[in-house]
Amino acid sequence: MPEPFKIDVADTEIRDLKRRLAQTRWPSEVTDSGWQYGSNLAYMQELCEYWRTGYDWRVQETYLNRIPQFVTQVSADGVEDYTVHYVHQEGVGPDPLPLVFTHGWPGTFYEVVKILGPLTDPASHGGDPADAFTVVAPSIPGYGFSQIPTSGGFGQKRTARLWNALMAQLGYEQYGAQGGDWGAIVTAQVAYQDPDHCIGAQINMPIGRPPEDKPQEEWTDQEREVAAKMAHWQAQETGYQAIQGTKPQTLAYGLTDSPAGLAAWITEKWRSWSDCDGDIEKRFTKDEILTNISIYWFGQTINSSTRYYYEMRQNQAENFLPGRLETPTGFSIFPKEIITAPRSWCEPGYNITQWSEHDKGGHFAALEEPDLLVQDIRDFFRPLR
Amino acid sequence: MWVALMSELGFARYGAQGGDIGARVSALTAYEDPAHCIGAQINMPNSPVPAGHPEEDWSGEERAIIARMREWQSKEAAYQWIQGTRPQTLSYGLTDSPAGLAAWIVEKWRSWSDCDGDIERRFTKDEILSNISIYWFTRTMNSATRYYYERRQHDRANALPAPLETPAGFSVFPKEIFGPPRQWVEAEYNVQQWSVHDRGGHFAAMEEPELLVGDIREFFRPLR
Repeated sequence: MPEPFKIDVADTEIRDLKRRLAQTRWPSEVTDSGWQYGSNLAYMQELCEYWRTGYDWRVQETYLNRIPQFVTQVSADGVEDYTVHYVHQEGVGPDPLPLVFTHGWPGTFYEVVKILGPLTDPASHGGDPADAFTVVAPSIPGYGFSQIPTSGGFGQKRTARLWNALMAQLGYEQYGAQGGDWGAIVTAQVAYQDPDHCIGAQINMPIGRPPEDKPQEEWTDQEREVAAKMAHWQAQETGYQAIQGTKPQTLAYGLTDSPAGLAAWITEKWRSWSDCDGDIEKRFTKDEILTNISIYWFGQTINSSTRYYYEMRQNQAENFLPGRLETPTGFSIFPKEIITAPRSWCEPGYNITQWSEHDKGGHFAALEEPDLLVQDIRDFFRPLR
Repeated sequence: MWVALMSELGFARYGAQGGDIGARVSALTAYEDPAHCIGAQINMPNSPVPAGHPEEDWSGEERAIIARMREWQSKEAAYQWIQGTRPQTLSYGLTDSPAGLAAWIVEKWRSWSDCDGDIERRFTKDEILSNISIYWFTRTMNSATRYYYERRQHDRANALPAPLETPAGFSVFPKEIFGPPRQWVEAEYNVQQWSVHDRGGHFAAMEEPELLVGDIREFFRPLR
């Protein structure tokens, strides 16, 4: 049974955070290295000093608590039994379509905050009430304020089965799914696992592979370019996947014990994965950056969140789609997204009814370009309602 | 720098010894200073497949070794990847949290030593913690991991620039993380010693000091 949930971090926790920040032992850095070796020292010191002195968690907590949140026990397949935390905002319109929105890493349910209003109440945001959604934005177990899995094996498919069960528990016969990053993988699984109820998957990260049956000599220039870009990204930017996918526990101690450590680990991605030209505050305010990080800090979820990579790596057969998704799928393509795939690489796996390319925005589309993403979501689901 | 150091210390002839990064540094010291460095003794042989030895020609033993190395790479080498690309991002947690630093290091002292999964079979807590404490008090984990970045970004090849003529000796320990076949090592080194042991792992100097000292004495004796 759903129960209302309010975030309520203890005063002692806030004081403890500030004490740790005040006592941070900082590393050195290569002189004038910018962000070349990773999170820049001067910026991390500036961000953490603001976190310690200027940032007000209670103000952010109050703001978040104005968004209706709940917790409920969800059981799936007789295997899972988790307490799931979720945002649940009713749509305002003649027939709001339920929509389950899944966040990614290093994000949280916080990623929904800018699209929540326009999706649920289009009339108040210059839109058509016929496009209203009832939004359910759960925290993946191990993230946010959902229960942390203590046994292994909890991956993307099992998350999707939980979401299927959650939407059923909430009484939704028909619903849509949306997400990016892990939310994209989970969204595809939500649709794949529940074709009788999930009517469409809208995804803001392309998911595709090079064609297996086409020798490289026959690739187009675009395909070659994409493959080269992905190879470079893989080599230079996926160290976090490697360590999180193999030794997340070893990594966890520093990130759980040190707020600066946690902040550096997450901030590097919010900067390099967003469309910000190397200046993170072109896209996000310090408050936005720190609220997301604080959710990880106070929930002590960095360990379980990185373990999600371990579960995928150990069980790709289960967690990738076993076959083609026939449910209508829409893709929003943002230029600074970290994964690139041309439409032709995505077609084999998905029944693509929307391929919406944009000229601005990056990986965190819901936070970076909420208007563009909301428009895509409305356009995609309109013919499916 | 080691060449310059030994020169500054007034040594006209000297030997070099090492494992892990020290293995490569020892080999390169000998390579850079043939006039003074009379030999390199190495307890972690780590040579790539020789040029002109395609996979079709590999023996069963070579295939098995490569398979083990690939498995190790995929399960155990992520630290190289993160240290080799974003060491600064990693450094905050490891510099600020003693538990964070200890976990990062202890995992390797356990999995790379010949201890059957029980680290205190090989090392006392004092030994483990003295090493960690040196990193802690000097705040050197960041710069230490940056070494991987410099290698990955600027100097990828494991092979020497050209075969090393200076005599090289190798101590081969069973639980060492790398174990190339002797013929691969012989393609780039003038192998004068290949001493295979039945116990000991990556941290040979600490795990099996007598065996290693024996090898070092034997290797350098004819070169003095």
